[in-house]
Amino acid sequence: MGYFSDIYHGIGTLLTGMRVTGKYFINARKGAITQQYPDNRDTLQMFERFRGEVVMPHDENNEHSCTGCQKCELACPNGSIEIIWDRVIDPETGKKKKAIDQHIYHLGMCTQCGLCVDACPSDAIKWAQNFENSVYDRTQLTRILNKPGSKVRAGVEE
Amino acid sequence: MNSISNMIDWFVSTGVLNMAMIALIYLTVFAVLGLFLVLLERKVAAWFQLRIGPNRVGYLGLFQTIADALKLVSKELTGTVKADKFLYNLAPYFVIVTSLMALAVFPFTRDLQAFDINIGVFFLVAISSIGVIGILLGGWSSNNKFALIGAMRSGVQTISYELSVGISLLTMVILTGSLQLSEIIEVQKSGWLIVQGHIPAIIAFMIYMIAGTAETNRAPFDMVEAESELGAGYHTEYSGMKFAYFFLAEFINMFIIAALATTVFFGGWLSPFGITDSLPWMGLFWFLAKTFVLVFLMMWFRWTFPRLRVDQLLTLEWKYLLPINLVNLVLMAVIVWLNLTIQI
Ligand code: SF4
Ligand code: SF4
Repeated sequence: MGYFSDIYHGIGTLLTGMRVTGKYFINARKGAITQQYPDNRDTLQMFERFRGEVVMPHDENNEHSCTGCQKCELACPNGSIEIIWDRVIDPETGKKKKAIDQHIYHLGMCTQCGLCVDACPSDAIKWAQNFENSVYDRTQLTRILNKPGSKVRAGVEE
Repeated sequence: MNSISNMIDWFVSTGVLNMAMIALIYLTVFAVLGLFLVLLERKVAAWFQLRIGPNRVGYLGLFQTIADALKLVSKELTGTVKADKFLYNLAPYFVIVTSLMALAVFPFTRDLQAFDINIGVFFLVAISSIGVIGILLGGWSSNNKFALIGAMRSGVQTISYELSVGISLLTMVILTGSLQLSEIIEVQKSGWLIVQGHIPAIIAFMIYMIAGTAETNRAPFDMVEAESELGAGYHTEYSGMKFAYFFLAEFINMFIIAALATTVFFGGWLSPFGITDSLPWMGLFWFLAKTFVLVFLMMWFRWTFPRLRVDQLLTLEWKYLLPINLVNLVLMAVIVWLNLTIQI
C-alpha cells in the first residue's frame, strides 16, 4: 500500500508548506522584514548581533575598563588594533601599573571577525550597531577608542 | 469613392468589422489584464515572503508593470547570429496568439461571449497544445543550448500533462454531456459541478489544478525556464517586445487555466445560491472573483513549493496523476449512470 500512503503523505507535506506561507501572507502587512532604509533612517534599529564597528564604552565619569593588557591586539588577525601604553603610578598602592595611552582601532582593516571582543578579559570593547561607516578620507577610519582624559575604572584588574 | 463605400458595406454585412472591433477590445482588455496579473504576482510573492513588493511607481506601485512594459517596448530587439531568423521571429507570435485565441470562447457573463462554439472545451485543449509549438520553435531556433534544453523540457512536460488536463476535463464533460461552455454553465444552474459530481469532481479538480499549473510552466513545474539552471530557458535569447510576448502569454495562460476551472467546476458567472440573479452584469464580477481566487491559489503554489526534477515531474504524471485520473473517469461514469449526483 506504499502507493496510497505516498500520496497521502505527499499531500500532507504540501499542505504543511502552504500553511506556513499562508501564515506569512496574512501577516505580511504587519511583519514585513524589508526596511525602507533611507526613509526610516531615524527609527531604524539594527539587530543586537550586528557588527558595525568596535567601540569602547565609557561611563559618566569618563572611565572605561581597558587595562591595557593587549590581548585584543594579539587576537586581531589583521593587526587592526594598536595599543600605546605606559606605566603609571597607582595612587592607592604606590606601585607602577600598566595603563593605556591610546587604543587605536583601524576600521579600514577590520574584517568584523569579533575576535578582539571575545579576547578582552574585562569586556572593555564591544560592537556598535551603526552601519553608515563610509567616510571621505581614509585617515578618518583610524579611531582612538579611549576618550581623551579618560582613565581605567578603579577595581578593574588585568 | 464608390468602391470604398462598397468595401465598407461588405465589411459590415459580413460581420468582419464587428469581429475586428471585438478583437481589438479583447486585445486591449487582456493586455491590461496581463500587466495587472504581473503586478499582482509580484505583490503576492512579496507578501508570501514577508517583503513589501513594488511600491514606488505610482500610488502603491500600481504603475510598476506599465513602466516595465514601456521599458520593454523601448528596448532593442537582439538576436543570435546563427539563429533561424524566420522561426525565431515567428515563435513569440505563436505563443501570444494561441493564448489570446483561447480567450475568445469564455463566457464572461450571460451574453458576454465572443465565440460560442459547440466544442468549446475541446477547442481550448487543442489551442493550448499549439502554444507549446511556439515554445519549442523559440528554443530550437535561437541556437542556444540552454534555450534548447528548456524547449525540450517544455515538450516533455506539456505533452505529458496535456493528458491529465484533458482527462480531468473529460471527467466533468461526462457530467455535463456537452462540450459547449455556455451549455456547461447552463447545467450548473442546479448546483456547481464540483458539488454535483462530489468526490470524483473534487479529485478531478485537484488533478486539473496540478496539471494546469504544469501546463503554464509555472513553479513548481518551471523547469522550462529554471532560472537557476538555464538562464531563462527557452526565451533566453529574446529581448524587448518579443520577450514581453512570452511573458504576457504566460500570465494570460494562467488566467485561462483559472478561468476554465471556474467555468467547468465552479459555475462560471453563476452567483453562489443565485443571490444576484436579478443583476445580470454581476455575472462578470462573480466570474472574475472566482477566477482570481484560483489565480491566487496558483500563485500560492508557486511561492511555496520548490521546483521538481524532470524525473520527479514524469513520475508524478505517469505514475500518479494519469492512473488516478483514469480510475476517476470510470468512477464519474458510474456515478452518472447510477444517478448519484447531487442536485440542488
Ligand atoms: S573584529 Fe577582528 S579584525 Fe576587527 S579589530 Fe577585532 S580582531 Fe581585528
Ligand atoms: S580592550 Fe580589552 S583586551 Fe584590549 S587592551 Fe583593553 S582590556 Fe585588554
